[in-house]
Amino acid sequence: MQYAMLIYSDEAKEPKPGTKEFDDYMGAYFAFSDEVKKNGMFQFGEPLEGVAAATTVQVRDGQTVTIDGPFAETKEQLGGLYVLECKDLDEAIEFAKRIPTAKHGSIEIRPVLKFDQE
Amino acid sequence: MTPSTREAAARVFRDHSGRVLATLIRQLGDFDRAEDALQDALTRALETWPEAGIPDEPAAWLITTARNKAIDRLRRESNFAAKQNEIRMTVERSTPAPDDENDSDIADDQLKLMFTACHPALSMEARVALTLRTLGGLTTREIARAFLVSEATMAQRLVRAKKKIRLAGIPYQVPDAPRLAERLDGVLAVLYLIFNEGYAASAGDALVRHELSSEAIRLSKLVCELAPGEPEALGLTALMLLHDARRDARVSDSGELVTLEEQNRDLWDKEQIFLGLTYLHRAMRLRRPRPYQLQAAIGACHASAPSAEATNWTRIVELYDHLWKLTASPIVALNRAAAIGMARGPEDGLKELEQVAANGNLSDYYLLSRGARGPSAPLRPTGRGRLRL
Repeated sequence: MQYAMLIYSDEAKEPKPGTKEFDDYMGAYFAFSDEVKKNGMFQFGEPLEGVAAATTVQVRDGQTVTIDGPFAETKEQLGGLYVLECKDLDEAIEFAKRIPTAKHGSIEIRPVLKFDQE
Repeated sequence: MTPSTREAAARVFRDHSGRVLATLIRQLGDFDRAEDALQDALTRALETWPEAGIPDEPAAWLITTARNKAIDRLRRESNFAAKQNEIRMTVERSTPAPDDENDSDIADDQLKLMFTACHPALSMEARVALTLRTLGGLTTREIARAFLVSEATMAQRLVRAKKKIRLAGIPYQVPDAPRLAERLDGVLAVLYLIFNEGYAASAGDALVRHELSSEAIRLSKLVCELAPGEPEALGLTALMLLHDARRDARVSDSGELVTLEEQNRDLWDKEQIFLGLTYLHRAMRLRRPRPYQLQAAIGACHASAPSAEATNWTRIVELYDHLWKLTASPIVALNRAAAIGMARGPEDGLKELEQVAANGNLSDYYLLSRGARGPSAPLRPTGRGRLRL
């Protein structure tokens, strides 16, 4: 099964570039990505620019409404995601808890919906 | 069918359907399909048993019949070609032949199912409902009645839980060693909650409530059989046995709750107390005391005392000290204060109680406002109130 791991955290609490903390944090991410690429679980994974760069678009009655900022103002923001191939939810949880942001943020695990190809 | 055969069959269904369902879920790989198949098998049993008699191995009979019915159903479904693969997998999963299913395989299936039904990715309400439905063999109506919700609400809750299991890919397996202890705690918490629903509450159908407690005990014993090196499983089993042994003495003829001090100890079930002490002994030998074991040890002090006065209160205070260090629960502090009152005199007890009231947030705890009535209050894991389902 494919699982999306949506990585949420409070942007204000993320380690700042130029600190040792940040270097360790990035190092941990590179190591994790390497591992899931080597073992074949990795399907997709990228970090996202912060919510300062977010734009939300809606179409209502044929009119496009473009809004500055994320869809929902929340304490924790979506900061990146992985899509991993896992045996089951237990395996997905094992890997989700090793995503470095899990230590201060939250990882939401969502199975990827597959339409039947029959 | 004569009434007596029907009664005998009903008893067989009640005793075996939980166990049979666990095996069917493994073989068929799907909760709903397993339930349908079991329903078909029960119908078949009602047709044939009056003539042929109840088989020697009713569980094995029900598994074989249900499995065949499930394959029939799969074949009947319209997209036969697409189902071929599923039928083949079902047959493969069912080997060795169900006739060879022995008791330990069936028990193993139940344990796996317990870890699925009590998975932390499900809500606590869903875990409780699923455990009772799939492992306890209780009907949706009985579970609804026990938790004072409508049957439709409970049915909805079960449907949602099963859907989550399927969509989220919650596995059907006993977790591997590094995760076993952690996940076992979750399973034990569900069992204790079920037990308390059946034991501590006075509302609801008495018969169904009794069933909840005895199911919790049965499943907890099963966990002990399959994980004999886990002291907390043994401790919880001991705790529940010791509490449940006092069931008949807890309620007066007029339906009032009777405190531990005032209970008629002749009404305590001595045999069950002995069994509880045996479990506690096994747990203690593993030398890893944790909350369930300590609570059971406190229960054991009460269960083996001839009267409230002749209880070893000093030992109970020690056990509460230990428990307080592990849990820091205000309820434990409260019970500890009451035990100090019994061990060293009411003044010391009151002094302790004042300190508890000053430190902890106990405003929600009804016993304090009523004036603490001694250590007979049921301990709840973290002092949370009754789970409203």
